[in-house]
Amino acid sequence: MTGGAAVVTPYTTPTALMEALQVTLLVLVAAGATAVVLTRVPVRQVVVLSVFGVMLALTFLAFQAPDVTLSELTVGAVALPLLLLLTLAKVRRQEE
Amino acid sequence: MRPGQRRWVFLAGMAGLAALYLWGLAGLPGFGHYPGPYGDIVNALAVAQTHATGVVSAVNFDYRGFDTLGEEFILFAAATGVSTVLRHLREEGEQQASDEARGRQPPPTSDAVRLVCLAFTGPTLVLGWYLASHAQTSPAGGFQGGVVLATAFVLVYLAGQFIALERISPVHLTDAVEAVGAGSFAAIGVAALGLGAAYLTNVLPLGTMPGAVDSSGTIALISFFVGIEVTAAFVLIVSELLEQTVLVRGQSQDTAPQGRTAPQGRTAPQGRTAPQGQR
Amino acid sequence: MSILPFVVAAWVLAVGLYGIVTSRHLVHQIVCLIVVQSSTYLVLLGVGYKTGAVAPYFSDIAGHTPAVDPVVQALTLTDVVVEAAVTALLLAFAVQAHKRFGTLDPEDLKELRG
Repeated sequence: MTGGAAVVTPYTTPTALMEALQVTLLVLVAAGATAVVLTRVPVRQVVVLSVFGVMLALTFLAFQAPDVTLSELTVGAVALPLLLLLTLAKVRRQEE
Repeated sequence: MRPGQRRWVFLAGMAGLAALYLWGLAGLPGFGHYPGPYGDIVNALAVAQTHATGVVSAVNFDYRGFDTLGEEFILFAAATGVSTVLRHLREEGEQQASDEARGRQPPPTSDAVRLVCLAFTGPTLVLGWYLASHAQTSPAGGFQGGVVLATAFVLVYLAGQFIALERISPVHLTDAVEAVGAGSFAAIGVAALGLGAAYLTNVLPLGTMPGAVDSSGTIALISFFVGIEVTAAFVLIVSELLEQTVLVRGQSQDTAPQGRTAPQGRTAPQGRTAPQGQR
Repeated sequence: MSILPFVVAAWVLAVGLYGIVTSRHLVHQIVCLIVVQSSTYLVLLGVGYKTGAVAPYFSDIAGHTPAVDPVVQALTLTDVVVEAAVTALLLAFAVQAHKRFGTLDPEDLKELRG
């Protein structure tokens, strides 16, 4: 993966196909956001948030942003649900 | 305001906001028709100027390095804030979780979980290290690598017990590593000042081949330090929250505190189920 | 299609705000705040996209291939990680609120006096 003599790789994904993928993913993101908000039980909402994070990461990939995909995957699907579940465990333990 | 009223007020406000937003949208050039010159100029010049083939990281750590410094210090302040908010208050006692279990022992970690977590800890460490040190070649960078490295530490906790996480990342060491990471970023900028250039200029030798590991001067170095700072910050946050859960801290009496109870020292956790040697 | 990402971002923002306004649990509110922040990432990346362009990484493609805007990607990627830390701070506040007031319902929180 060195940059010296650059090889020209033609990216020949048809634009229409990429657009169809983007439209599908955007609709899924909108549905996912609605699902996250309408889930009122916090523990279930964390799982739905994790799925929403994966959907968002795929959308970023379709927008040609692999760096942002990596960030969103690690943060939105792993780190944030972990922090939320720890908080919920702490709160539930206090209520016992 | 009753919840029903609040809903209507919200809908009215949201309708106004949506109208303004859609009116603003009408002035945008439309999705896919990117007009602005800045992105094209950066794309055309970045590889030649910084010898980094990952242009996003070059923007992050060189062209807009000052913004990244600010963001990193937001992260630093948030981790410090979590430590402060969850600190050991004077009227709090600290008890082992098993004392409150009411005759119910927490079950030991299942073998399947332990096996998978241990198997994945090594590859996660390697992947995180690769991401943090290859900012200039491919989609990688200090921020992503740092979070992946932090999850490697969390896998150790999942495979064992909380005491394992405390052993490999004691709070003082994590604090120190985080401070070193954040301070080094600022110090590299000051080093550029010392050499007569503006703050955070890329003053290290740029290397011969664009995109090689030792190319792009300060970009690789800054990305590495950002990586260890993000790792330490996340490990600190997770440790603080875990301490709250595992070592049950709360009011020593149920009612309002009648006086200051002496804080119990943190007892050595002998009450846990699995012995120390099993890890 | 030319305004779909921005309309979706507006929808996500509206839905998230609705969740914050009508929430009965502090952790649910914090998750809705995460959703609101995601809408800003969609707007940022939508602004920088160029039809038919590729990701701005030139290690294996020619130097002048049309690529999308790298500046908004840089902004978004630091944003994502910093958001997680700020969310952690909010969660710490929620833990302390539960400790002092015994409840996580925003409706009840304003009436109790520690």
